[in-house]
Amino acid sequence: MSDVELHHQADLAPGDEEGVSVQLRVLGYLIGLGLAIVLTATSFFIAGTDLVWQPSIPVAIIVLAIAQMGVHLVFFLHITTGADNTNNVMALAFGLLIVFLVIGGSLWIMANLNQHMLPMDQIMQMQR
Amino acid sequence: MLGKLTWSAVPFDQPIPLVAGAVVLLVILAVLVWVVLAGHLPYLWREWITSVDHKRIGVMYTLLACVMLLRGFSDAIMMRAQQAVAFQSNGFLPPEHYNQIFSAHGTIMIFFVAMPFVIGLMNLVVPLQLGVRDVAFPTLNSVGFWLTATGALLVNVSLVVGEFARTGWLPYPPLSELTYSPGVGVDYYVWSLEISGVGTLVAGINLVTTVLKIRTRGMNYMRMPMFCWTTLASNLLIIAAFPILTATLAMLILDRYLGFHFFTNDGGGNVMMFMNLIWAWGHPEVYILVLPAFGIFSEVVSTFSGKPLFGYRSMVLATMAICIISFTVWLHHFFTMGAGPDVNAIFGIASMIIAVPTGVKIYNWLFTMFAGRIRFTTPMMWSIGFMVTFIIGGLTGVLVAVPPADFLLHNSLFLVAHFHNVIIGGVLFGAFAGYTYWFPKAFGFRLHEGWGIASFWFWLIGFYVAFFPLYAVGFLGMTRRMQHYDVAAWKPWLDLASFGAGLILAGIICQIVQLVVSIRHREELRDVTGDPWDGRSLEWATASPPPVFNFAFMPHVTSEDAYWAIKRRAREGGAKELKYEPIEMPRNSPTGFVCAFFASVMGFALIWHIWWMVIAALIGAYATFVVFAWRDHDEYEIPADEVARLDRANIAARRELVTAAGSV
Amino acid sequence: MSIAVAHGHDADLIGLEAEHPGPAPKRIVTGYGFWIFLLSDMVMFSCFFAAYAVLLGQTAGGPTGAQLFNLRNVAVETACLLFSSFACGMASIAAEERNYLWFQIAMAVTCLLGLAFLTIEFREFADLVARGAGPSRSAFLSAFFTLVGCHGGHVSAGILWLLTMMAQVSAKGFRADIRRRFLCFALFWHALDIIWVAVFSVVYLLGSAA
Repeated sequence: MSDVELHHQADLAPGDEEGVSVQLRVLGYLIGLGLAIVLTATSFFIAGTDLVWQPSIPVAIIVLAIAQMGVHLVFFLHITTGADNTNNVMALAFGLLIVFLVIGGSLWIMANLNQHMLPMDQIMQMQR
Repeated sequence: MLGKLTWSAVPFDQPIPLVAGAVVLLVILAVLVWVVLAGHLPYLWREWITSVDHKRIGVMYTLLACVMLLRGFSDAIMMRAQQAVAFQSNGFLPPEHYNQIFSAHGTIMIFFVAMPFVIGLMNLVVPLQLGVRDVAFPTLNSVGFWLTATGALLVNVSLVVGEFARTGWLPYPPLSELTYSPGVGVDYYVWSLEISGVGTLVAGINLVTTVLKIRTRGMNYMRMPMFCWTTLASNLLIIAAFPILTATLAMLILDRYLGFHFFTNDGGGNVMMFMNLIWAWGHPEVYILVLPAFGIFSEVVSTFSGKPLFGYRSMVLATMAICIISFTVWLHHFFTMGAGPDVNAIFGIASMIIAVPTGVKIYNWLFTMFAGRIRFTTPMMWSIGFMVTFIIGGLTGVLVAVPPADFLLHNSLFLVAHFHNVIIGGVLFGAFAGYTYWFPKAFGFRLHEGWGIASFWFWLIGFYVAFFPLYAVGFLGMTRRMQHYDVAAWKPWLDLASFGAGLILAGIICQIVQLVVSIRHREELRDVTGDPWDGRSLEWATASPPPVFNFAFMPHVTSEDAYWAIKRRAREGGAKELKYEPIEMPRNSPTGFVCAFFASVMGFALIWHIWWMVIAALIGAYATFVVFAWRDHDEYEIPADEVARLDRANIAARRELVTAAGSV
Repeated sequence: MSIAVAHGHDADLIGLEAEHPGPAPKRIVTGYGFWIFLLSDMVMFSCFFAAYAVLLGQTAGGPTGAQLFNLRNVAVETACLLFSSFACGMASIAAEERNYLWFQIAMAVTCLLGLAFLTIEFREFADLVARGAGPSRSAFLSAFFTLVGCHGGHVSAGILWLLTMMAQVSAKGFRADIRRRFLCFALFWHALDIIWVAVFSVVYLLGSAA
């Protein structure tokens, strides 16, 4: 049997963070809350305002939404890029890939179908 | 009081389902009476029904699959018989009935034969191969199995109470909407699959977590047996794809029950969106089925060639490539339904690309066999049969992946022949190989070899005789699901196909006989050491059947083909005195069975619109969950002496094997 | 990264690759299993999002989102969920510190905010149905009610789970298995807020801006 010396690098469960003091942990959540409030307020503001170039609004809202999700992942779910979080990040990446394939693929396909097919009510009229 | 349920739901006026249902009910009743009167119920409850042991659950999954294979095959025989006589005649099955039969055939074969078979084998084998004591979530494992059984139960109940869907195995709207399917058939279908889908998802989560987080010391990713890699890929696909099925069927349920307009013709519904979403699930589903089969072949081919698997790293890459690419091809199931040439081309090319990693695997298996000392045992025969058959099926798949070709072949019998070619040649042959290969591990005695070889040849030849004529008749223009036909040119081919179905029936009979004979002669076929095939992976390091804790000491792995290395070291080195310790194992729990009971009641009540029963069942299911969550003792301890006794008996048996093999 | 020092040549230890130490502790196993369940739930939501996006314009002559949505309600709902996520975070810290009082207080706050969210959402739905803009009016409304309703259903299930967790901690204290379950609950609750970010952005904000 080979004699192997290990420095045990354990994984972290998703949602757990490495031993930090209580104050620092509460601070982490407070920062996350603060950032989320700012991003959310900005989103609502942009949706209703005339001050921004109108065509950029959908993009801005999506970008802000992604930022908010990132804030949640980092500050509330403690997902980091550390070595102890690798499995958690890989799983998240796989999930996101599937989400993009399903939503993106469906939108692309359905748009293509709509382009090439008669609207449903016209088809129904042809049936009679 | 009882919703839509009345006595008219029982098919008193239709002799075939009436007689079939009555016979099945009588058989079930007889078995139950025998079990109770012979005093086996406490044993069954304690050792099987409430078991959370992955080995027991794996066996129950496989048993469910085998029983449902008989039901699904009966449907197939009826379909072949109908098409044999229905030339310029109406045959003996009216369309309303015939449509239910082909719908039930597909639904049962995919969801209640193929899925449980592969999940059962993965459950039985993977923890053993990883050198650990159980899967990540044992009680959840039990829940998953029993929910799958609930789905199977509901589908079979539809035979005697009500009707089944007439839509085919995928309920395309608008036919599956309430306007055109006002009966309970589609409801049986959707609820059965929604419930068993939860079970499948649970199994997926369990197996992914097990492979990623529960492996013995030294079992690095690149030292795992190939079957564990394919288990990982297949279950990642389950986790990714089954939610799509759940969501899509939920939308259909909302349309049917609450008047929503997802897929209706009126109100702005979009019928094609159902096709798009259901196939986004449906294509990964077939890879969920075939990847474990590929893993089984890797194990069987390397064991019976006496060589390590050739090209292990390329196999891993190929497996994960198939996993990812399988999510980029789903449109090839509806090339003809209105997409433009650019979309069709991209998905067509992706569908051809996905054949490449599979080709890599075939070459690796062939190179594993090359210069090996091949033993042509039953599992090896299934593997060789697979290689020839699956290649042909894959080639016809690449043919229909070409959109212009698919415009001629879509929904013809050519397509039917193609998918049976790959599912039977791939998934079913793999399942049979795995069944024969791991049967001694599960039960302690081998299956009779002669009957095994006989069943293989009947299946192989029967498959070709039953399905190759369908390629021909597909080229001659016959579409699928025809209740009757008038084209004389098709008849000889269909008659040949019926004969092939008869040969397959002979194969199935051989398998049943094999089981009976093996049980009767189990002492002669006894697997004394736990390693009947001179295996290479860790499951063969345990007794057959393994003790509940699998390994007295979880092995320390230092290389690929972990058990082969252990055997080599055992022949070289002496035995150390082992210090046994008590082992903690999870307690049995009735949670799975009780949960599934409430799920069955809830499903039945939802189908027949018995709302008070739905609520009662939901409360019951939640109460079960709370009772389970309130447990104080979820583990029990096996004392060190017991561990020692079981382990020493197996070591003694193995020592004889090693000394008998001489000093190597 | 750990370094494995091996005696004897072992071809499978490439360079600095560590030898796998064995099965992971229960907390990690449980947390990871629940994490991938959450990812499967995300895929399910993505189907409802896809259906919503496809059916967005199919109002069958009925009302559009812009005509129906009340952004003030949505803002209050968003605040409720966001602060309930924060409260849940505080409950997590209390659980780690084994502080029974703060745990129950934080959970109670989480519960109340969650119930407030559900109340507003339920009233919005009831109001729409009363105005003839129920889910059977058009495909767009079917998709809207299903997507937002599915999220609401998850929140409802979460509340039920939350109350069960409060009862369990009260009855059995901060036992290891109960803390594992609470870890899963916290993951679930934060994930619901993440989904809500997508819902209010894509459905309500983009729908109103249109």
